[in-house]
Amino acid sequence: MRDVAVVGFAQSASVRRETSGNEVEMLMPILLEAKEQAGLDRQDIGFTVSGSCDYLAGQPFAFVSALDAVGAWPPIVESHLEMDGAWALYEAWVKIQTGEADTALVYAFGKSSMGDLPEVLTIQMDPYYTAPLWPDAISLAALQARAYLEASGKTERDLAEVATRNRRAAAHNPKAQLRSSADPATLLGAPYLVSPLRKHDCPPISDGCAAVVLACGDLVKKSRRKPAWIRGIDHRIEAHALGVRDLARSPSTKLAGERAGVGRGPIDLAELHAPFTHQELIVREALGLGGSVNVNPSGGALAANPMMVAGLIRIGEAAARLSTGAGKRAVAHATSGPCLQQNLVCVLETD
Amino acid sequence: MSAPVTNITTPIRLDYTYTAGRATQRFLLGMAEGRILGQRCPMCHKVYVPPRGACPMCGVPTTDEVEVSGRGTVTTFCIVRIPSDVLSVPPPFTCAHVLLDGADLPFFGLIYDCPFDQVRMGMRVEAVWAPREELAATFESIRYFRPLDEPDAPFASFKEHL
Repeated sequence: MRDVAVVGFAQSASVRRETSGNEVEMLMPILLEAKEQAGLDRQDIGFTVSGSCDYLAGQPFAFVSALDAVGAWPPIVESHLEMDGAWALYEAWVKIQTGEADTALVYAFGKSSMGDLPEVLTIQMDPYYTAPLWPDAISLAALQARAYLEASGKTERDLAEVATRNRRAAAHNPKAQLRSSADPATLLGAPYLVSPLRKHDCPPISDGCAAVVLACGDLVKKSRRKPAWIRGIDHRIEAHALGVRDLARSPSTKLAGERAGVGRGPIDLAELHAPFTHQELIVREALGLGGSVNVNPSGGALAANPMMVAGLIRIGEAAARLSTGAGKRAVAHATSGPCLQQNLVCVLETD
Repeated sequence: MSAPVTNITTPIRLDYTYTAGRATQRFLLGMAEGRILGQRCPMCHKVYVPPRGACPMCGVPTTDEVEVSGRGTVTTFCIVRIPSDVLSVPPPFTCAHVLLDGADLPFFGLIYDCPFDQVRMGMRVEAVWAPREELAATFESIRYFRPLDEPDAPFASFKEHL
């Protein structure tokens, strides 16, 4: 295996509605910043790969237009995933493993504000028997939350504590969108949005983008930051039909975590892509993270949730914290699909 | 036995609010004033019309605004004879790529005031704008292009823009 490191990471501020810039205008400064951190020029990038969703833009092949931000001349080696950028990073890691590239620029963007996000997300459901009933994303998450609370014995107060902790942590993250929270007792006084979820249990709707640069071999030394090495990365998927899954658990996260080697050493910090409060508890359990692990020092997806980007941000945030000495070993997690359907786990270490 | 189900209808409708972006916004506001605004790449100096805020070849922001002419050269064209409910004009009509003078990206437009068998590559044309009171922030402010009484542009002058 080739040792691959995260050598650059940049993200836009997450905002409820970016009205002045289009995707290309949002991306350009972020791509530049990530490459500058990595000490790499456009010509040094061996592979370019992005994650986004055309349904967010409401425009077919929106990802091709976004390539304007990259500078694809002379022709570049490029790929795109209709998935969160964390999976684009996985493809880049595989590409580097094959020896076809030594560096990769991974980016992701999502402007959820252009459509009605809960309804747009319904389109990912089975089109014949589920989507025509228009179950929105929050209602589906609430189904899962109910199943989890019943199965685990946890309470709505446990969920509120997750919300408070994440959003208060985000006070130290200038890129986050929700950066403060009332205490759990106050939060529980709010009405249900979709029982058992209240507003604080749900992520904000965010516009944003992010970029990560990967490198291996001597190219890592060009970076202006301490490299965060990818020691393990794996992703797993569960069935599409919600009815055949055990929504109270996340077997795909558990398996991906085992294959990525989460348990091979102590974990200092974790960045978990859990847009809903109960999902953080499910993912923590699946990864076997104990109470000593600093979970979501960035505030996580409850503080900023740009669709198709929030998973990639978890890897970037975990790597950035290792680079600045916040720990030696970190786990980053990304999710996609309704109710934690697909999960990716990445283990990062510094020297 | 009941008849088999051969078909189900599951309507989907999603509404979006498009963000033009800073560069395209400038272009659209220019349309409302009867002006064609592009942007120049600081590295390769190409002028993009309409601008999207980036040079897709160099991957850098295009910051200098440039006003380009409503006159240009047909780089390629086709004659549409297929009727469609969504078209605002009846067929047959001519679609063309027009390389506006001062721009490096051909502009899509319709050609009128010219017999079909006389439309040709290299033909010089000019924009025909909507009446002043009908100008708006839309591509449709340019109604169409019509021939200019000028010699054809030599092939070499637009061969990079096909």
